[in-house]
Amino acid sequence: MDNLLWIFVSAFLVNNFVLAYFLGLCPFFGVSNKLDTAVRLGLASTFVMLITALCSWLLNTYVLVNAPYLRLISFIVVIASTVQFVEMAIKKLSPVLFKALGIFLPLITTNCAILGLAIFATNRGYGLWEGLVFALGAGAGFTLALVLMAGIREEMQYNDTPALVKGTAITLLAAGILSLAFMGFAGLFSR
Amino acid sequence: MKQQPIQWVKPPKAEQEPSSTRLVLTMAVAGFLSGLLTISIYLVTLPTITAYKIESLRQAVFRVLPNTVSIQEYVYRDGQLRAVKDGEKAKDEASIYGGFDIRQNMLGYAIAAEGAGFQDTIRLLYGYDKVQKRIVGMEVLDSRETPGLGDKIYKDLDFVANFKALNPLPEIKAVKKGQRTADNQIDAITGATISSVAIVKIINQSNALWLPRIHATHGHCFRSLSC
Amino acid sequence: MLTQNSAPDNAYDEFIKGVWRENPVFVQVLGMCPTLAVTNSAMNALVMGLATFFVLTGSSALVSSVKDWIPKQVRISCYVIIIATFVTVIDYTLLALVPKIHKELGAFIPLIVVNCIILGRQEAFASKNTVYLSVLDAMGSSIGFLFALLALGGLREILGVGALFGVNLFGEHYEPWVIMVLPPGGFLVLGLILLFFNWFKARKPEKSLNPALETPHG
Repeated sequence: MDNLLWIFVSAFLVNNFVLAYFLGLCPFFGVSNKLDTAVRLGLASTFVMLITALCSWLLNTYVLVNAPYLRLISFIVVIASTVQFVEMAIKKLSPVLFKALGIFLPLITTNCAILGLAIFATNRGYGLWEGLVFALGAGAGFTLALVLMAGIREEMQYNDTPALVKGTAITLLAAGILSLAFMGFAGLFSR
Repeated sequence: MKQQPIQWVKPPKAEQEPSSTRLVLTMAVAGFLSGLLTISIYLVTLPTITAYKIESLRQAVFRVLPNTVSIQEYVYRDGQLRAVKDGEKAKDEASIYGGFDIRQNMLGYAIAAEGAGFQDTIRLLYGYDKVQKRIVGMEVLDSRETPGLGDKIYKDLDFVANFKALNPLPEIKAVKKGQRTADNQIDAITGATISSVAIVKIINQSNALWLPRIHATHGHCFRSLSC
Repeated sequence: MLTQNSAPDNAYDEFIKGVWRENPVFVQVLGMCPTLAVTNSAMNALVMGLATFFVLTGSSALVSSVKDWIPKQVRISCYVIIIATFVTVIDYTLLALVPKIHKELGAFIPLIVVNCIILGRQEAFASKNTVYLSVLDAMGSSIGFLFALLALGGLREILGVGALFGVNLFGEHYEPWVIMVLPPGGFLVLGLILLFFNWFKARKPEKSLNPALETPHG
């Protein structure tokens, strides 16, 4: 239990996927200018992460035991097809949910946070529950970073930023300060 | 790659939909070739990678358990530590390494353990001398502790030297530098107390699991300082 | 199969554009994950840059030579399989040759697969051009990427450790600016470099680039 809690808090805050591991930076910079979009993309990614954790555990346990060299290729193929499948399933089952998340799903396939999650979970030898908790923590951390960044960027729109730093430069500097703040979570679990 | 002749000519702009057989066939050929290449590189590099893994493991055990010349993997089954023969170990089964000196006398065990550090999970290996009943060496295998502070857990030789003759019973304790009074205490690193305490916590947790097993196997008593 | 003009001028331009004018990191802001994650030392940056060079050049050469046999509908999947194969090859090669550095780069070697610079060059260039031009284009982009990684990795190592490629530069009395080799340093140093590029471009407005290129991608 202690271990599961540490896995969650580590992926969520202390070693935030975006701010400490630099995973999922494309949506972090690309989609983080509106709060509403940030929340939805975060939720959709968390959902896909949970499914990826399940699939990668199944692959590692039942398929790739004697063929570790096929891991990368099968992960990629499985993630891409899972996202496709989830997209179709949501479209059929809940048009409302599809309207909210649908357009983000294809975007998520190329999100390195998803493949990163599968690879990290494999390298650390996580079991099924550990993997799922890790996915939940990583997804929550991704959503949190995205939402915080969106909040900052919405505020920044009304500020008089110098033309020189407008765009990616100021976003990176803001992310740096956010990442600095997240370093304060270190030591949360070792006292 | 055998293809329909039509594909050798550049197709006109208004191209008709290729049959799904062809789509599947293309993917199959791509997947097959890719698998072939991956397997070849795996087989070519496998001996080097395995040799490196075995050698670095042997050297790590040697550093935490001095005088080791050969190692043997052990698992805990039916109340005893048993030597693992090739391919006998289950995938998730926890194991430790026994170290032997040049006369094939068993010196003790090298135990790998991990747990939460200041920044991220710390993985370490420590050696337990079964005759002296002392921890005789510790090495950090993997950590992301802060450079200049927390990374002293493996860069500060004074700190590492704490683990050269450490009594693990009843429990290891970290004390402020210079205030060490008993043989189960270590001097914490100034400015990196949390990382030092994390190491102690990881070793204590692992000891609670493995020391009773080691003592059960070798017929010693444990938990008491007097025997 | 030759559909494009491959005059030497054109070829030189395809090569040089990726290095500077369309630098994948500093100008197009692509491939951010590896750019920030592995640049805490110049050595890691160099190995990552070389691995990406191998994968990108290899994939571009292969994709441009088999492009006529791949149906349009499955092309992206085929590119991804090709890229993943090259990544697996370099992953095992590095593990066998430089195991220590491989351990430090860890999960970021397999993550080369989702580096959008690579898939981007396949879709935008290699799928439409000759092998010769595609290889030049890929080499240009990879050298531009390598250059960016080295700049970032070198700067962060100098500031954060006071060394370059592990060689101590300033002697005993230098107090390292540790935060620069930690994650926040990655964001801050890259932010400052982009600031410098903006300033550089603002000085020469007639050469300013298409603003559409300014949106970042992973």
